[in-house]
Parts: sequence; C-alpha cells; structure tokens
Amino acid sequence: MVPVSYYLVLAAILFSIGVAAFLVKRNIISIFMSIELMLNAVNLTFVAFAHQWHQVSGQIFVFFVMVVAAAEAAVGLAIIIAIFRTRNTLNVDQVDLMKL
Amino acid sequence: MSLSFLILALLTLGGAVAAMTLHRLVHCVLALTVALAGLAGLYLNLGAQFVGLAQILVYVGAVAILIVFAVLLTRGAEIASQMDSSRQGRFSALAGGVATAAAVFAVLAWVVLHSPTLSAPAATMTQVAPQAAMQQIGDALMRRYVLPLEVMGLMLTAALIGAVILALEEKPEAQ
Repeated sequence: MVPVSYYLVLAAILFSIGVAAFLVKRNIISIFMSIELMLNAVNLTFVAFAHQWHQVSGQIFVFFVMVVAAAEAAVGLAIIIAIFRTRNTLNVDQVDLMKL
Repeated sequence: MSLSFLILALLTLGGAVAAMTLHRLVHCVLALTVALAGLAGLYLNLGAQFVGLAQILVYVGAVAILIVFAVLLTRGAEIASQMDSSRQGRFSALAGGVATAAAVFAVLAWVVLHSPTLSAPAATMTQVAPQAAMQQIGDALMRRYVLPLEVMGLMLTAALIGAVILALEEKPEAQ
C-alpha cells in the first residue's frame, strides 16, 4: 500500500517540470506540451485524493478536466497552425504583436 | 513501497524529463506519450479504472496524435527558432525558469509533508469494488453532474467547430 503523499509528491515534481519547461522553452508546441503535463499532474492529485477518501467526485472532476484539455488541444493546435501559416515561425518571442 | 508504483513513477518521470529536455520536437512528443501512459498506469494502480482507460483513449490515443500532426504540419520552424536567441539570454531564461519551478515545488512539497489531513489515518470506509465504483460514476454523471456533462458536450462541439474554422485555409476573396 503506497501512501497517498508519494503520489502527491510525484504530481508536484511533474507539475514543477511543466512549470520549468513552460518558462524556459521558446517553441510554442513545447509550451503547449508543458501545459498538458501540468494538467495531468493536477489530475494525478485528484485521483490520489479520490482513492484515499473513496469518493467518485474526484474521478468525475478528472473526467471533466480531460474534456476541457481535449477541447483546449484542438483549439490550441489549430491556433498554432494558423500562426505558423501567417508568420512562418513557432518562436513565441517573434509573436509579439500585442506586446507594448 | 510497491514495485508497480516505483516502476510507473520512474516511467512517468523519465518520460516527462525527456519530453521537456530533448531537442527534436517529435522525440519530445513521443516521450510525453510515454509519460501520459505511465500516468494512466498510476490511475489504474489507484483503482480508478474509468479515468485510467479514458486517459489512454484521450491522451495516448488522440492528443498525442494531434500534437504529432501539428509538429509535422509546421516543419521548417524548428531550425529557424534555434538560431536567433543569444546565449546570454538563454542562460538567464533557463536560470529564472528553473528557480521558479523549484520554488513552486518547494511550496507544494512543504504543503504535502506538513498537511494534518494527510498524516491522519485513511478513511475507514471499505474499499469499493471496481464495478461498483464504475456504477457510482455513471450514477453521479447522469444525476448529480448531468448539467455539467451537458455543458461539456456543448463546449466540446463548439471547440471542434472553432478548431476547424481556425485551421481552414484562407482563400483570397473572389471579387
């Protein structure tokens, strides 16, 4: 029987890896993947808590997060392709039209 | 600590680190897929069959393929984006990002290790059988959470239509 805190620490490590990559990477697809990793790390905490307290609400919330993430993936990748088509780059430093 | 948890945790962590450090985008996507599959195994390990199988279907099946398609549709951007950033800027960005991530991890780990509810003994309720848990999930989705479920369906439809419109090739207007 693995204590739930192990799962939580694992999720924290995954989330931190996602945060680091989100801040360091400059390619928009890499940033997108780090967001997916952070979402999954949070899902892991939900499932771990649902397991500890024998509640199904946590699993249902994870299901909802997955649906939102799937919608986000579809729209996000469409935006990435549209950006690439108009600007010919995926570097976020060069997509700065709204920057002061 | 059980062996299955150790193997799955190492698989997930290795996949995540590889996904965030490798240079070629296709390799990153494949490593991310490994991490997501490891997470699905962890869900199954935690007795969450529904979520684990949905993870395999949605993430390992669909999202990974979608990202691979996006990478392959945007070939040629990789080489250009690596050239222009200066070395000094790269290093400070790396240091700042890693420091922020370390601070986030420190806060999360401190909370996990000092939480009074976590050190309390686990709930005394009996473990629910997987089939019963599945039935409970279906019941909850169809009764208590039926409105959120419908909103999710609507949002997914809107998102898919929006994605198609966004990715459509813009044709020059026929005058």
